[in-house]
Amino acid sequence: MARIELDHIRHAYGPNPKSDADYALKEVHHTWEDGGAYALLGPSGCGKTTLLNIISGLIHPSHGQILFNGQDVTDLSTQERNIAQVFQFPVIYDTMTVYDNLAFPLRNRGVAEADVDRKVRETLEMIDLADWVNKKARGLTADQKQKISLGRGLVRSDVNAILFDEPLTVIDPHMKWILRSQLKELHRRFGFTMVYVTHDQTEALTFAQKVVVMYEGEIVQIGTPSELFERPKHTFVGYFIGSPGMNVVPVEIEGKQARFGGQTVDLPGAPDMPAAKGRMELGIRPEYVRLGREGMPVSIAKVEDIGRHKIVRTQLEGQEIAVILAEDEDVPADPHIVFDTKGINVYADSWRVAWGG
Amino acid sequence: MDKTWNNKAWFMVLPVLLLVAFSAVIPLMTVVNYSVQDTFGNNQFFWAGTEWYQEMLHSERFHTALLRNLLFSFTILAIEVPLGILIALNMPRKGWGVPVCLVLMALPLLIPWNVVGTIWQVFGRVDIGLLGRTLSQLGIHYNYVQNPLHAWITVIVMDVWHWTSLVVLLCYAGLVSIPDAFYQAAKIDGASRWAIFRYIQLPKMNRVLLIAVLLRFMDSFMIYTEPFVVTGGGPGNSTTFLSIDLVKMAVGQFDLGPAAAMSIIYFLIILALSWVFYTVMTSYDAER
Amino acid sequence: MLELRNVSKVVGGKTHLSDISLKLEHGTLNVLLGPTLSGKTSLMRIMAGLDVPTSGSLWFDGKDRTGVPVQKRSVAMVYQQFINYPAFTVYENIASPMRVAGIDSATIDREVRKTAELLKLTPYLDRMPLNLSGGQQQRTALARAIVKNARLVLLDEPLANLDYKLREELRAELPKLFAASGAIFVYATTEPLEALLLGGNTAALSEGRVTQFGRTIDVFRQPADLITAQTFADPPLNTIAVEKKDGAFHLEGDINFAVPADWRGIQDGAYVMGFQPHHLSFERSGKDAFAIRAKIIATEITGSESYIHLAFANVRWSMLARGVHELNAGEIVDLALDPRNLMIFDAGGNSVIRRQKLAA
Ligand SMILES: Nc1ncnc2c1ncn2[C@@H]1O[C@H](COP(=O)(O)OP(=O)(O)OP(=O)(O)O)[C@@H](O)[C@H]1O
Ligand SMILES: [Mg+2]
Repeated sequence: MARIELDHIRHAYGPNPKSDADYALKEVHHTWEDGGAYALLGPSGCGKTTLLNIISGLIHPSHGQILFNGQDVTDLSTQERNIAQVFQFPVIYDTMTVYDNLAFPLRNRGVAEADVDRKVRETLEMIDLADWVNKKARGLTADQKQKISLGRGLVRSDVNAILFDEPLTVIDPHMKWILRSQLKELHRRFGFTMVYVTHDQTEALTFAQKVVVMYEGEIVQIGTPSELFERPKHTFVGYFIGSPGMNVVPVEIEGKQARFGGQTVDLPGAPDMPAAKGRMELGIRPEYVRLGREGMPVSIAKVEDIGRHKIVRTQLEGQEIAVILAEDEDVPADPHIVFDTKGINVYADSWRVAWGG
Repeated sequence: MDKTWNNKAWFMVLPVLLLVAFSAVIPLMTVVNYSVQDTFGNNQFFWAGTEWYQEMLHSERFHTALLRNLLFSFTILAIEVPLGILIALNMPRKGWGVPVCLVLMALPLLIPWNVVGTIWQVFGRVDIGLLGRTLSQLGIHYNYVQNPLHAWITVIVMDVWHWTSLVVLLCYAGLVSIPDAFYQAAKIDGASRWAIFRYIQLPKMNRVLLIAVLLRFMDSFMIYTEPFVVTGGGPGNSTTFLSIDLVKMAVGQFDLGPAAAMSIIYFLIILALSWVFYTVMTSYDAER
Repeated sequence: MLELRNVSKVVGGKTHLSDISLKLEHGTLNVLLGPTLSGKTSLMRIMAGLDVPTSGSLWFDGKDRTGVPVQKRSVAMVYQQFINYPAFTVYENIASPMRVAGIDSATIDREVRKTAELLKLTPYLDRMPLNLSGGQQQRTALARAIVKNARLVLLDEPLANLDYKLREELRAELPKLFAASGAIFVYATTEPLEALLLGGNTAALSEGRVTQFGRTIDVFRQPADLITAQTFADPPLNTIAVEKKDGAFHLEGDINFAVPADWRGIQDGAYVMGFQPHHLSFERSGKDAFAIRAKIIATEITGSESYIHLAFANVRWSMLARGVHELNAGEIVDLALDPRNLMIFDAGGNSVIRRQKLAA
């Protein structure tokens, strides 16, 4: 187990990167604490897999250093770094049995056969494939293959870290629940440093102590699930976390008030305005917008009934504002909305500004 | 899983069936016809029954030629298959090296058999050939015209030079179809070079390898042109393979009956051996 | 209209599909919802003409198309394990079905760019598929199916590797695309939420049988049987054995509630009660709600919602509550459940009451 430091990492896949756009990772400078459970969340193509591969040594970064417990490992091979990694698409050795697949990483490291047997059986139990010991891995379904890949990642107990690259995407929801809680259990028991890449926010938010949100090759915010939800640092985080994402409205700020169109909204405090006043925006999550008979008048564009709640798309001063209604609530005849003050954030050039005195 | 059928497909193979009928079945029937008759020339034939077959099966000459063929086929397989795999494994999988290597590999395959024979015949000659002279200057008395072992080595080296590329190209096709993720996983799992070969690369290649072995076996068992051009079957009879013997018998001595019987036996042996190879290897494959 | 009549598929003595009848209309989106191995892919392969049903028939616009091979049908399909041509650029990958159809290059160019824009692939058109991220590769395969303009489009878990937000946007875009083209869209997924967000119709599949087919929201609200209800719940459906006697239902732990007035004709006896995790609440809402005392096993907080794992009697339940609820393992909590939200199934798993429609 190890503390992992990423020291000014940049990476480009092409040979001669010129502009920032050529970098798959622009600048990552960050420390993963020993024994932490991190989720790496971000849109497709933002560089999550690239970052994992740099940590495990499958890719050598164009710039920067990686340190494990303070020791520079940038030039060490994957094997020397002693990392377990589960890939985005299942990889299995299909001429081997399920058992041998799991034993493979142990045998390669010369672990005694008795220990191999114990660890393999333990892991098979955990991923619910105990009956499959002697089955050939060939011909299994995608989710079974992925479970085997997962098992190969979990079977070693001496690793510096375990990296998961979207390990549960091909697994059906009920099994996901079970596997996820087993991963957490494992984390509690052995205290591995775990980095878990996902694009499913529920998965990220429930798995991790700290969630790392990436956007276009950069880390935009690291925080607990509640921080990301309540105080998104960047409008992208507001948009990306939550379904539907945060409503963002361009506004003008005057003291403790925000104005847009003919509307005025009271703020919880006066924002600390940046010296160069940029583009100002007000962000509020659909969960903090109340639909009723008072407040700002809106028109209803669409109501989506998604079972456990309804998403109401309203129009206010030419802006779309999404509102969440409970399953048994109804849209009132003359709809108005109110912003709950505690859910309001203000952004200058997309970055959140703190509340001043 | 049963697939949807389309009966029109049969019409598409019809021309090939006809072609095979004309080019293979009819000549084969003529040969069968010769093999059971005797002739003294001037187109008079007498019924001979299985006489020629019995004679062939008991002939010393036939036995040694057959053994020679088997020995040859197994030797070249034992060299070409591992060598081909080794070369394929070391070929680049990306970049400008790929087309260069592929063209280099394809070159020997594009040269006609008799030209290959001629090239090596000249190449190996002690008086003017590059190889022959270099060797004799190094003090090795290399002479494929007089020394049977040298003749054998020459024929084998020639075949390896000519045909290893086929194995290489087939294996390479299997190798490039392996996604990068497999190599990455193997690195994470700490797999050795051998383990990567054994559990990732070999399983991907075994299907094409089966085809390569079959092709090379059948082809080498029927070898004719190259040894004929280089050694003419000598020295003595040391490189007289079945096919060469057959031609000697049929064309040189005009023993049409025994030659025909020999052709049939030869044909049946190839058929049987290929079938054995095929079933053994496919059942091995299915079992895994 | 695509019609399946009593379609079954048996492979090597194992039944993959049994007696499936479905009618799918043009311009509609139809979701096949079921866990892995429930037969979604087998059913799609038969719809596509890649496989022939063991028995039963398949009709397209009133014509029997059983056994007509895939090349002769106007079908596009995207697999879960998608396939791109590795030696073609993304552009050529998307263009390939139109090139085969011999469409002029101006039209091809227009269509490729339009679809690439929809799937946010425009910056990558000149790349090779292997130099893309996982999600970008999958979008390329999806674009190829969309651009083909087929009469029947089959998508087998096509969004599985896409990020959450992109899925959200595509779910909004795809139905529009479907309605405009007049094609029949079939979309397989294991995720209930995905089905709900897509809307349209849903066929719930379980072990090779279609357990229910109807409007997505109706199937979700009023599952005809226990299996459908379980298929359509994420987090998993909560269930417990109950007994009806003397006009009330009795649960373990001496809890009981009166049979609501509009549940008629339920015999006394043993039943299974089921309810969705979001129907457990901390406050007592609804006048008939009854209390349940349960033990906390674990809580997971997403920021806006909390997933709470509970133990009640000898069963495990999950609860999905809005807001942040930090509770310690072992804590005992009082929860409320409204009978309006319950489902009751008989020994055969069939629903004996339908959940009441909420006041509209
Ligand atoms: N082998 C490669 N060669 C060139 N560019 C690449 C290669 N692999 C990835 N990229 C590019 O680098 C960027 C980051 O890719 P990466 O695979 O890290 O994304 P990701 O966050 O894992 O996305 P996803 O969720 O879709 O898997 C993408 O824009 C991608 O197109
Ligand atoms: Mg990725």
